[in-house]
Amino acid sequence: MPRTIIPFGPQHPVLPEPIHLDLVVEDEKVVEARPSIGFVHRGLEKLAEKKDYVEFVYVAERICGICSFIHGQTYCQAIETLMNVQVPPRALYLRTAWGELSRIHSHLLWLGLMADGMGFESLFMHSWRVREKVLNIIEATTGGRVIFGSCKIGGVRRDMNAETIRNLLQELDAIEKDMRQITRVFLDDNSVKSRLSGIGVLPKQEAHDLGCVGPMLRASGVAQDMRTLGYAAFKDIGVEPVTRAEGDCYARCAVRCEELFQSVGIIRQALEKIPDGDIAVKVTGNPAGETIARTEQPRGEVVYHLKANGTKNLQRFRVRTPTFANLPAMLKVLPGCDLADVPMIVLTIDPCISCAER
Amino acid sequence: MNPEPIELITLDTLLDKVRAKREAGCRLVQVSATRLPDQVELTYSFDLNSRLASLRLSLPGAAPRVPSISGIYGCAFLYENEIHDLFNVQVDGMAVDFKGNLYKLAVRFPFGSTQAPCAPTGAAPAATPTQ
Repeated sequence: MPRTIIPFGPQHPVLPEPIHLDLVVEDEKVVEARPSIGFVHRGLEKLAEKKDYVEFVYVAERICGICSFIHGQTYCQAIETLMNVQVPPRALYLRTAWGELSRIHSHLLWLGLMADGMGFESLFMHSWRVREKVLNIIEATTGGRVIFGSCKIGGVRRDMNAETIRNLLQELDAIEKDMRQITRVFLDDNSVKSRLSGIGVLPKQEAHDLGCVGPMLRASGVAQDMRTLGYAAFKDIGVEPVTRAEGDCYARCAVRCEELFQSVGIIRQALEKIPDGDIAVKVTGNPAGETIARTEQPRGEVVYHLKANGTKNLQRFRVRTPTFANLPAMLKVLPGCDLADVPMIVLTIDPCISCAER
Repeated sequence: MNPEPIELITLDTLLDKVRAKREAGCRLVQVSATRLPDQVELTYSFDLNSRLASLRLSLPGAAPRVPSISGIYGCAFLYENEIHDLFNVQVDGMAVDFKGNLYKLAVRFPFGSTQAPCAPTGAAPAATPTQ
């Protein structure tokens, strides 16, 4: 059988950001996939030499426009560990609520893109209509829609008063109702099921061995979620990882759908239990030492490796983003699939190239 | 300061230590590099039951060499190509070698001991040739 190489990306209808795959096909079957990334590598890690550790919160938040808040939060957590800063409990609860709002809007964005990739335009529009309501909450409570700018070393910049929390919880009820309708279509519709079931299967052992993270890992049956480490308010709010056993595109979709409601539950708990008190403490001095901080972003575990030598500039700022960790698994599941299934498989890892090209 | 343990290892023991991690059922979390004045520090981090443990390898010199661990952890090739492109660490035996073209950079080895403007970038490694 003659082989043909079909270029996929960096510009492609299902790719909002540039990544390229050389797909080697025999007839309509993919037999090999070779990636090219690095089209928009920004070298943000190098900026640590120019920006001091306080300014660097702004850089961390700008690694990605979708998981911006959790990037800032993880960076702040790492610095707070280095400087032994005790963050006020109220700030931890606020961080938790904003982090989960961020997860909901990221998952809804992904669900919309997934529906669009399948040609299900109305479902795409409904997903993004509901996401808009989440963005409105984020704007009302932080002042920003994409970059929240509410996290700082030692706490947070903004508080929520009782009325804001009451309104937020009411709005969350309406959002949850909308999400029930949307996810019912995603999970019960026959055409969606037949498009995604049994496609791009990643067995449990391979998911683990290939270093997968997040929904990609959990959809293959590995119950790992960094929120169980107990950072922010998760030491008081229990999190049970959402898992599926099938490891296919449908399972990855189902995990994200279920995580939407898990996040709603976490926000409710956080805002109902939120303690009174300060939202930040003053931080003085410079960091020294080394730490590795891990949190759960919408796409999975993010790793911040910081090394400091007591000066204002970090000696090393390194971020391992979830998409970077999931790329090898994507390459593993592509061989053997039909060419027409490649967009679905690529979309179900929820690739965030901004993160990977930090 | 760091609650996660970091074990110092040598170049000779790298592959054995990594193989032991694999046999213990660890997930490879990351490989990162840090440029220090006279050496490059490589950190291999592993997760076992949500506990993080790292191996630390110090490599003296401007362009040190290190064996690839992608024969043990297949997913390591991306980290290793990144370390090569950014830090000028030569990694021998990578499962997929982008030959310096993983990232399209304005300067070669931005975290290397010396930096120079990049030559025009070549293509990524070719996939299996058309028959």
